[in-house]
Amino acid sequence: MTSAGDESRLTSIDVAESFRRMDRVGVGRDGLNIVLWHDRSWSADQAKQAGAEAAEGDGRRTLAGAPFVAKDNIATLHLPTTCGSRILEGYVSPYEATVISRLAKAGAVLVAKTNCDEFAMGSSTEHSAYGPARNPIDPTRVPGGSSGGSAACVAAGIVPFALGSETGGSVRQPASYCGVVGVKPTYGRVSRFGLVAFASSLDQVGVFGATVADAAAALEVIAGRDVLDSTTAPRPVPRYLDEARRSVAGMVIGRPREYFPDSLDPRITALCDRSLEELRALGAEVRNVSLPHTDLAIPVYYIVAPAEASSNLARFDGVRYGLRIEGDGLRAMYDATRSRGFGPEVTRRILLGTYVLSAGYYDAYYKKAQAVRALIAQDFRDVFADGVDVLFTPTAPSPAFLLGAKSDPYEMYLNDIFTATANLAGVPAMSQPIGRVDGLPIGGQFIACHFEEASMFRAAFALERALQQGAMS
Amino acid sequence: MAVTRADVEHVAHLARMALDEQRLPELVEQLNAILGHMEVLSRVKTEGVIGAASVGDAALPLREDAGPPIPLARRLDHFAPKMRDGLFLVPRLATHERSGEDAQ
Amino acid sequence: MSTERYEMVVGLEVHVQLRTRTKAFCNCSTEYGAPPNTNTCPVCLALPGALPVLNERAVLLAVRAAHALSCEVHPVSVFARKNYFYPDLPKGYQISQYDRPLATGGSLTIGALSDGSPINVGITRLHLEEDAGKSIHDRYPGETAIDLNRAGVPLIEIVSEPDLRSSDEAAAYLHELRQILEYIDVSDVNMEEGSLRVDANISARLRGETRLGTKTEVKNMNSFSAVEQALRAEFDRQCALLHAGEPVEQQTMLWDGTRGEVRPSRTKEGSQDYRYFPEPDLPPLILSREWIESVRESLPELPNAKRARFAEQYALSRADLVVLTSSPRLADYFESVARQLGDPKPAANWVMGEVLAAVRASGWSIADFELRVRPADLVQLLAMVRDGQLSNSAAKRVFAEMAAHGDPPAKIADKLGLRQVSDDGAIAEWVDEVLREHPVEAQRYLDGERKLQGVLVGLVMKKSNGRADPKRVNQLLSARSG
Ligand SMILES: [Mg+2]
Ligand SMILES: [Zn+2]
Repeated sequence: MTSAGDESRLTSIDVAESFRRMDRVGVGRDGLNIVLWHDRSWSADQAKQAGAEAAEGDGRRTLAGAPFVAKDNIATLHLPTTCGSRILEGYVSPYEATVISRLAKAGAVLVAKTNCDEFAMGSSTEHSAYGPARNPIDPTRVPGGSSGGSAACVAAGIVPFALGSETGGSVRQPASYCGVVGVKPTYGRVSRFGLVAFASSLDQVGVFGATVADAAAALEVIAGRDVLDSTTAPRPVPRYLDEARRSVAGMVIGRPREYFPDSLDPRITALCDRSLEELRALGAEVRNVSLPHTDLAIPVYYIVAPAEASSNLARFDGVRYGLRIEGDGLRAMYDATRSRGFGPEVTRRILLGTYVLSAGYYDAYYKKAQAVRALIAQDFRDVFADGVDVLFTPTAPSPAFLLGAKSDPYEMYLNDIFTATANLAGVPAMSQPIGRVDGLPIGGQFIACHFEEASMFRAAFALERALQQGAMS
Repeated sequence: MAVTRADVEHVAHLARMALDEQRLPELVEQLNAILGHMEVLSRVKTEGVIGAASVGDAALPLREDAGPPIPLARRLDHFAPKMRDGLFLVPRLATHERSGEDAQ
Repeated sequence: MSTERYEMVVGLEVHVQLRTRTKAFCNCSTEYGAPPNTNTCPVCLALPGALPVLNERAVLLAVRAAHALSCEVHPVSVFARKNYFYPDLPKGYQISQYDRPLATGGSLTIGALSDGSPINVGITRLHLEEDAGKSIHDRYPGETAIDLNRAGVPLIEIVSEPDLRSSDEAAAYLHELRQILEYIDVSDVNMEEGSLRVDANISARLRGETRLGTKTEVKNMNSFSAVEQALRAEFDRQCALLHAGEPVEQQTMLWDGTRGEVRPSRTKEGSQDYRYFPEPDLPPLILSREWIESVRESLPELPNAKRARFAEQYALSRADLVVLTSSPRLADYFESVARQLGDPKPAANWVMGEVLAAVRASGWSIADFELRVRPADLVQLLAMVRDGQLSNSAAKRVFAEMAAHGDPPAKIADKLGLRQVSDDGAIAEWVDEVLREHPVEAQRYLDGERKLQGVLVGLVMKKSNGRADPKRVNQLLSARSG
């Protein structure tokens, strides 16, 4: 499978060490509050089993014994799956997500479920029913979100890789805030079976890695068609680690001007341009390009995502599982269960989504948004058809902000300004650390054409090495 | 298109959410503010643009008409709030009227 | 008040459960009558994170039905979510089709070959969707119990144009529709088991008026006769309103079979806003034109065509045609008997008479019956009648035995000693015996009292245990009287 050279690039931590680091860092509610559920002895057993099977020489067990954490909205059989919500408190899924089974088959061991914004709705991991998570780099700040707990676990050195989920930037933005690698694959690349749906046409399981190689290795295991998810593509999965090592010489890297507005912190612009310089030095061609519909992404996103969410979250009705608060009659039971089970941000989005789908508003909002979404997707197709291999942009407009700093919902939504486009278009994108501002990590983003994760990894891997060498010299 | 208090109440009814009287004005204001930012879309020309029906390029795959179903690792009563004789129980509807109307 | 000044305008929405082994979007069994909630899985329980995967057979059966109703089947159709809360709707939405249904623009002809001229009823659309679960309101006090075994079973919804003008026409439409669906083998079409369900849109208007009146939707009808009764009741109600100059309110009415009346459903109008949008978990359903065409070509002969062909080929009366084509298996049974026997008339009489009576009495299906009495067996029996080996009445006794035990007719006839004797020697002996035993009558007959022939034939028949061929008996007696 992977060559010895690749393996050596993977961060090596075992399960026992992972738990020692959790203790040292303080991942629980009284600490960073990045881990919601874990079970030491169960994970230790899994590790023993994985170790035994690896010793038997099953070559496919590429991640044998590697610990990982998963966002709490991914169904796992042993640990709870609550989506950071009161409405699923205590819920343990009786079936398992495809991504979890695939990782287990490769020998990886789940060590914890991580904190997240409730039902993945948020950009800070503050909107969790189990309290806000903190950034291990600076605990007064948010780790980003919604997959903040998973990003923070990788940043804290607890695991080499982690699973998160993306709807509008929920892997890339926390990766940027925590200084780790975060990948959102092409829509349809990774199975959503077992990922609790937020917005089905945008959701995708993503991976965090301590390095580009860690993320690529994990993605390789979870990617590929799944008969249980009708939206997965029947396309072969390349060897991402091999692809990543290819030279960037001759690659065309686009710098879309809409992602570098005048209002952007010049220090972030400077870090991005330095990264582009490094890539140019390695033989890549950097080209200025334009994606004219970029500024429409947030309005489109905040119509499409809540609309789908309002429907996806209807199943939480107190009938078959999860929280149920009795009331006088069925209607009262529904109302009490749902109003008290969902937090304020989820409530807001359910109402917003219900509104834009309701009679008389559908055409003006939902239908219009889907049409503009098609224009946004066309922007990407055009630029990639013009010979651009990958785009490079900042991941987020700022470094991690202080807990409680953003109280206005729309201001919070603007955090997704550079990331939501890729979800709307379905293209793959990833964030990696490119430097620091005020001592806080800043992420740079590569965006590639549909199913061209390999090009993205190639550029990211080269940049990672170049920045490391630059830092050392 | 300003959102009124009645709109929010209607939408909350559709979504089966009971809203606090005190929270209503704030929600009305927030939804108006958020939707205000969406107005920009109405100025985008989209004539002839076919809305994205799906983002993926996958055609709908079909499965064979055969079992077995995806197994459940735990019995339903392990996670169901209220069950009896294998049936989920809910408070009875205000009327039985819809009893013959359950399939729409 | 008289309703004669008014005309009934009806369109029907029919939901039909498709006959698949597994549900529409998961691999759970569709078996009817399993213990509650045992045919469930993460998908049809709507567990968090579960996703639908479409059953190919459901698509095939729906396309077959669409062709049988002369619809245009669209190469691209789109699933949509119909959002509403109901405890037996696990996801809080039903996966259905909305603005891009599987098929549109069909028609169905009623009244052909029966009295009156044929009526063409337009089919607006036919789409695929999933069933909800079952709510049981009367088992536990104060609570409704939910069984999700039915949740996710594939349905087609068939919507007609408002082309029906009476409850009789509505009933005729339903009978014809059921027959077609049975012919193409897509459903059990059993209203009692809920595999066929009917809702009606009905309005009333003055005769001669071309605009449509305000319609109401009538639900909760669980048999074809309930549909007829409910439509008449709702029509009367609307006519009374119109007559009094009051408006008809657009609302949902529920048929109450025990009271024989319709009453408004208490669900508020306007509170139903289904917020349809394309189902993001399922890409558009794309069918090749070749495949669509191949499904059409594989359709069996439909009832109307079969009736026309039978009329021509077997010269049957209209009434006979209706009976013999009422189900495809019965029609096949008849045809196979008629062909092998080479004579449609006795085949038709026997199939409509003895065969149907036996089927009805036993509660079997034609298929069950066929296991006991194959068409070839019946042909043998009818051939024995034709060849004078069995009298008609003896054949009926043989048939009863065949239906009960499945033995071949010749064996039964022999066992019961029913085979007709046309051997002159044996008959002559019986004739001689009778003449000997009744010398007075014999003498009078031989002296020319011809009217005694009947009595004597009867005595010979009795002596022969009914086996003597009465024709030969007559001939031999006549010969004696010279
Ligand atoms: Mg329907
Ligand atoms: Zn199922």
